[in-house]
Amino acid sequence: MSSLPPYATTGQRIWHYSFRIICGLIFFFLIAPIVVIIPLSFNAQDFFTFTPEMLALDPEGYSTKHYEDFFTNSDWQLALKNSLKIAPVATILSVSLGTLAAIGLSQSHVPFRRAIMAILISPMIVPLIISATGMYFFYSNPYIPTPFGKIELPFTLTGTYWGVVLAHAALGIPFVIITVTATLVGFDQSLTRAAANMGANPVTTFFKVQMPLILPGVVSGGLFAFITSFDEVVVVLFVGSAGQKTLPWQMFTGLREQISPTILAVATILIAVSVLLLFTLEVLRRRSERLRGMSPR
Amino acid sequence: MSDTTSGPVLAADGRPLKASLNRALRRQKLRALMLIAPLLIFILVSFVMPIADMLFRSVENQIVSETLPRTATLLPDWNGEGAPDDIVFEALARDLAVAVEAKAHTRLGSRLNYEQTGISSLFRKTGRGVDEIGETPQDVLEDTNDIWKERDTFGRLIGTSDWVDAINAWDAEDARSRGAAPEFDANPNFAEQFPGTTSLYASYVLQSVSEEDNPLGEKPWPILFHVLAQELPSATPPSDVPQELALALGEAAGALAGVTLDDPKAMFLDIDDDWGDTDVWTTIQTYAPAYTNGYFLNSIDMQKGLDGPEWRPENEQIYIVLFIRTMIMSLSIMGMCVLLGYPIAWLLANLPDRKANMLMILVLLPFWTSLLVRTSAWKVLLQQQGVINDVLVWIGIVADDGRLQLINNQTGTIIAMTHILLPFMILPLYSVMKTIPPSYLRAAKSLGATNWTAFWRVYFPQSVPGIGAGCILVFILSIGYYITPELVGGTKGVFISNRIAYHISSSLNWGLAAALGTILLAVVMGLYWMYDKIVGIDNVKLGG
Repeated sequence: MSSLPPYATTGQRIWHYSFRIICGLIFFFLIAPIVVIIPLSFNAQDFFTFTPEMLALDPEGYSTKHYEDFFTNSDWQLALKNSLKIAPVATILSVSLGTLAAIGLSQSHVPFRRAIMAILISPMIVPLIISATGMYFFYSNPYIPTPFGKIELPFTLTGTYWGVVLAHAALGIPFVIITVTATLVGFDQSLTRAAANMGANPVTTFFKVQMPLILPGVVSGGLFAFITSFDEVVVVLFVGSAGQKTLPWQMFTGLREQISPTILAVATILIAVSVLLLFTLEVLRRRSERLRGMSPR
Repeated sequence: MSDTTSGPVLAADGRPLKASLNRALRRQKLRALMLIAPLLIFILVSFVMPIADMLFRSVENQIVSETLPRTATLLPDWNGEGAPDDIVFEALARDLAVAVEAKAHTRLGSRLNYEQTGISSLFRKTGRGVDEIGETPQDVLEDTNDIWKERDTFGRLIGTSDWVDAINAWDAEDARSRGAAPEFDANPNFAEQFPGTTSLYASYVLQSVSEEDNPLGEKPWPILFHVLAQELPSATPPSDVPQELALALGEAAGALAGVTLDDPKAMFLDIDDDWGDTDVWTTIQTYAPAYTNGYFLNSIDMQKGLDGPEWRPENEQIYIVLFIRTMIMSLSIMGMCVLLGYPIAWLLANLPDRKANMLMILVLLPFWTSLLVRTSAWKVLLQQQGVINDVLVWIGIVADDGRLQLINNQTGTIIAMTHILLPFMILPLYSVMKTIPPSYLRAAKSLGATNWTAFWRVYFPQSVPGIGAGCILVFILSIGYYITPELVGGTKGVFISNRIAYHISSSLNWGLAAALGTILLAVVMGLYWMYDKIVGIDNVKLGG
């Protein structure tokens, strides 16, 4: 596939190049919508298409006024602040609980392993609208079911900061579980035994031996959890109230009601964030592979 | 020598080795479970319980039996023809009097309105007129003896003196710091003779207390007089009520002897003819049990009829069409993803690593870009005055006045969602194709196969697991999508999830939303199970 042998027939040549063109078109389909957003966000007009000035590369056609709007408009700033308040806390919650559980799951003898795994992964599989519906009902009136009837809890989570954080943490957990267990597959268990042999207690072993080695997996799980919360809109629409309006929520209402070009500026900023994230993950992946390559098998 | 081999093998501490190993294994299992437990509890509380709650709500229907308890117990005996007997209206009058005070009748009305339009306004209208029932005996009694004008008369008549003292003491405490009100305690002798009055007064007490008021200091409802007057002729007033009240009761029986009491049935029919309508009563009767399959029937375009489930009228059938549309659109998105994803995965799997990694970024960048960003991109691009139409006009494929309608319809949803879900197809396909040795294809060709045969007979069958994994993943994700169809789908391009959201936030028919959600969840869980069988949950990979 990589290159054409010199004896290729004309038909093979045609197929080879047309296949490349088809693939190029598909890549174009994948990437163009994202790239097009970027110049459009610098539009000096309130239009969503390229103005003649922009096509002529006239500096008059470009401006940063939509970015200025984003950084001065109180609605957008509140949304940004809320997103930055919710996502990190949800991430910390899911990473700490998730890493612990992943370590437990990767031990050699775990009863009901498959069932537990299925429950822990389920937030990723269940459609968001269903999770949101369930959470909306349950969080507005949480209770503990007992065989004698339900004990209603004296607080409500709907419309509160902690309600949204809890919901987002639950949604991020499958990603942490998957990435950390994947890292742990390559972890050499004899290292912990060696540490114990030399007199380290389990806590020391965890922080000094195991943690540094699985850190790339934990961090990339954390990034997944962060982006899940940071991007999430369905659950926050249902569980949150106006006080928890996040960036995606603001974008969603913006797109549904009065579509303003500021959204394109926000989108461009978010694209930059995801490029950064992609880069970080790639570095982590390489580092993890190197570390694992070093450990004796 | 024989001594050492015959006994059980011992560990260093002298225990049998087998027991020692078992103990170690148990401790290991326990430790693993201890590590998992916090997360498992967290997920159970924050995620599994909400889902279970939703499943429960799809069959739960306690509102009728809670709001109209007296009517609900009588209705099973109704023959289903015309308006029920006086006794049912009598019960309804009492239930509604309680419900109106608690403002629960409007909620019940809107609940039953999902099943039959018009009931909501019927309940609202009736709620305004129901407090007139009982004014006739009230006037008569108040004229006979001033004691009937006292607000605490009913309480002292029906409740025990201990309860009267307790409730007065409770009322005297500071409302902010006091505990729960003492439970109502009726005089058993009185309750035996006047069961209806006692039960209604108990409801009255509950209502007053829930408003933090003293039931002895509130005006009694007129309907209490009505019920008392009804039960008086056939009852012998008990001897252990306070003397002045016993006297008043005796007088009352005489005074009411010639009075015609209010007729609830006539009054209800006077307020609205619909109370004589069989359909209204059928609806109330059908939904009186605490659990119902009505929401599920509703979500497959059926309803409860007189003789079991029946189809809804043709013009009210929307959900089956919507389910089918969701399926078809998810399938077309899945098909598009296979069509577009297969060549890309092939290319990535067969290029040298350096080039493949470079191109992989083009797949991963959309994967990592916010869903809202991609949706807004499509919303901007697909508009009639958007970039795609502009380019088409500029090339000359379409005329300026014939711009394509690409958004707010099914086309828009399919284009945008194919783009959004394509990485989920490419990544599993790629990881499967990476494991297919290229030498197989070369071997097939050297044995005389044409390019097409070699691909179709040798390569393609080996890539089928990847297609399966990708298809199920894309299908699961697309069938429950909400945001993108909502923004680019208009009215024709929306999914079942948009309907669920509509019922939760706009029509407030939560039971129906829960039933639709349950059906969707069942479909997804079935697919998830298939995915687990084919791919295994442990093998889910993220981002290559």
